[in-house]
Amino acid sequence: MLETFVIPLFQIAILVNALLVTVTFLVLMERKVMGWAQARLGPMRVGPYGILQAIVDPIKLILKEDITPANADKLVFTLAPIMSLVPALVVFSVIPFGPEQPYYIADINVGLLFIISVTSIGVYGIILGGWSSNSKYPLLASLRASAQLISYEIAVVMTLVSVVLTAGTLNMIGIVEAQREAGLWFAFVQPVACVLVFIGGLAETNRLPFDLPEAETELTGGFHTEYSGMRFSLFFLAEYANIIVISAIVALMFFGGWMRPFPSVEALAFLDLVPGWVWFCGKIFFFLYLFVWIRATFPRYRYDQLMAIGWKVLIPIAIGNLVLTGIAKVVL
Amino acid sequence: MEAFVFYLLATLILGLGIMVITARSAVHSVLFLVLNFLLVAVLYVTLSAQFVAVIQVLVYAGGIVVLYLFVVMLVSLKKAPELRSDSRRVGRTGLLLAGAVLAELIAIVWYTSASSGGAPPAQAASDFPPRLAGDAMLNTERLGWVLYTEYLIPFEVASMLLLVAMIGAIVLAKKNL
Repeated sequence: MLETFVIPLFQIAILVNALLVTVTFLVLMERKVMGWAQARLGPMRVGPYGILQAIVDPIKLILKEDITPANADKLVFTLAPIMSLVPALVVFSVIPFGPEQPYYIADINVGLLFIISVTSIGVYGIILGGWSSNSKYPLLASLRASAQLISYEIAVVMTLVSVVLTAGTLNMIGIVEAQREAGLWFAFVQPVACVLVFIGGLAETNRLPFDLPEAETELTGGFHTEYSGMRFSLFFLAEYANIIVISAIVALMFFGGWMRPFPSVEALAFLDLVPGWVWFCGKIFFFLYLFVWIRATFPRYRYDQLMAIGWKVLIPIAIGNLVLTGIAKVVL
Repeated sequence: MEAFVFYLLATLILGLGIMVITARSAVHSVLFLVLNFLLVAVLYVTLSAQFVAVIQVLVYAGGIVVLYLFVVMLVSLKKAPELRSDSRRVGRTGLLLAGAVLAELIAIVWYTSASSGGAPPAQAASDFPPRLAGDAMLNTERLGWVLYTEYLIPFEVASMLLLVAMIGAIVLAKKNL
C-alpha cells in the first residue's frame, strides 16, 4: 500500500509542483535572456531585477476573464487545453533523475517508447484547440501544426531508434547505464543523432525557428488565438513543459543524465560530491537556455522550407544514421 | 480482480465503439475513437504486453487517428452526409459485413480453444497486476525474434504492401514525376 500508492503520490505531487514552478521561472528567464540578446533589460519592475515577475504573471493569467467564442464547440474547446497539458506531465513519470528509487516514479522497460507515444498524443490538444474555436486563423494554424508535428516526429523517432541500437535497451535508466559502460556520452558516439533530435525537438515544441503554428504576423497568434485566461495558460504550460521534456530526453540520451562529466576519468571523481540529480537538472537547464538562445537568434522559416527540411533533409539523414549504426553494431 | 478489470475495460471499449458510430459530429466520433484505442492499450497492459500497448498508442492513437482528424476537419462534416444510394441496400451490406466479422471471430475463438485444449496460457493468471519492470524487455526482444524468424514472410509481405500503398499515393498525388 505504502509503496504502491502513497510514495508515488508524493513523488508525483513534488514533481508536478516543481515542474510548474520551473515553467514560471523559465518564462522569466526567456524574457530576460531575450531582453539581453536584444540589448534591452527585460522585466525590471516587479521585485529586484524583475524576479517576482514569475509569480505575478501566473496570477494575472488566472484572474483574466475566460471567454468562450459564441460558435465554438464548447466541450472540445474546454477539453483541448487539458489534452495538450496532460501528456506533457505524464511523460515525467518515466524520466529518471537518478538510478535508484526515490529519484524516479516508474521504471518501465519500454520507457523511451512510452515517452514517444505519450508525447504523440499531445498533438490532439493543438489540432482540436484550433478546430473548436470556429475561427479561420486558429484552424489554419492547427493544420500547420499537425502536419509539422507528424513530419518531425518521424525524423525524431527514427533517430532515437539508432540510439536505442547503440544502447541495446529501451529503458531510460538502461540507456544512461550504457553510457557509463561505454565510458562516453552518446553525444560523442552519435553526434548526428544528438543534433537531429534537438532540431526535431525544436520543431515538435513549436519553437523558433519552427514556430509557424503560432506565427503572429500571419496568423494573429496561432491555434490559441481564441483562448484566454486559464485555458490559454494551460496551452502555455503545455508548451513549456514539452520544452523541458525535450531537454530532459536530450540530457538523458546523449549527455549522460545524472552522471558527472567524463564518468570514466578517475581524476575527476571529486565531481561526484555534487548529487546526480543536480547534474541532471543542470544539464536540463543548459538545454532550456539553448532553446531561448536559438529563439533570440534565428528568424522563422517559411512553411514550404519547414516541410522541405523535415522530409528532404532530416528524414534521409535519420535513415542514413540508422543504417550506419546498424552496420557498426554488426561489425564491431 | 483481473476479471473485473477486464470486463470493465471491455464494457468501456464497446460503449465507446458505439459512441464512435452514433456521434453526430465527425470530430466527436474521432475523439471517441482515440479514447477507444487508448483503452485497448490499457487492455494490452493488463495482458503484460507492454510493447504492444505502447505501439498501439504510438501508431493508432498518435498517428493514424491524427490523419483521420486532419481529413475530417478539412471536409467539415457538420451534419451526417445524405446517403446517396437507398438506405436498405447499405443496411444489407452492413449486415453482411458484420455477419462475416462475427463468423470470423467465432471461428478464431473455436480454433484457438480447440488447439490449446481450453487451458489458459501458463503465466497469465499469476501475473496480475503486471509488473512493469519484470519481463517487458524480454517481451520486446521476444517479439523481435518471433517477427524476424517464424513470421518473417508475413512481415515482409506486410511491409511490401505498405510500400506499394505509399508509392501508389505518391504516383496519384504527383502530376509529373
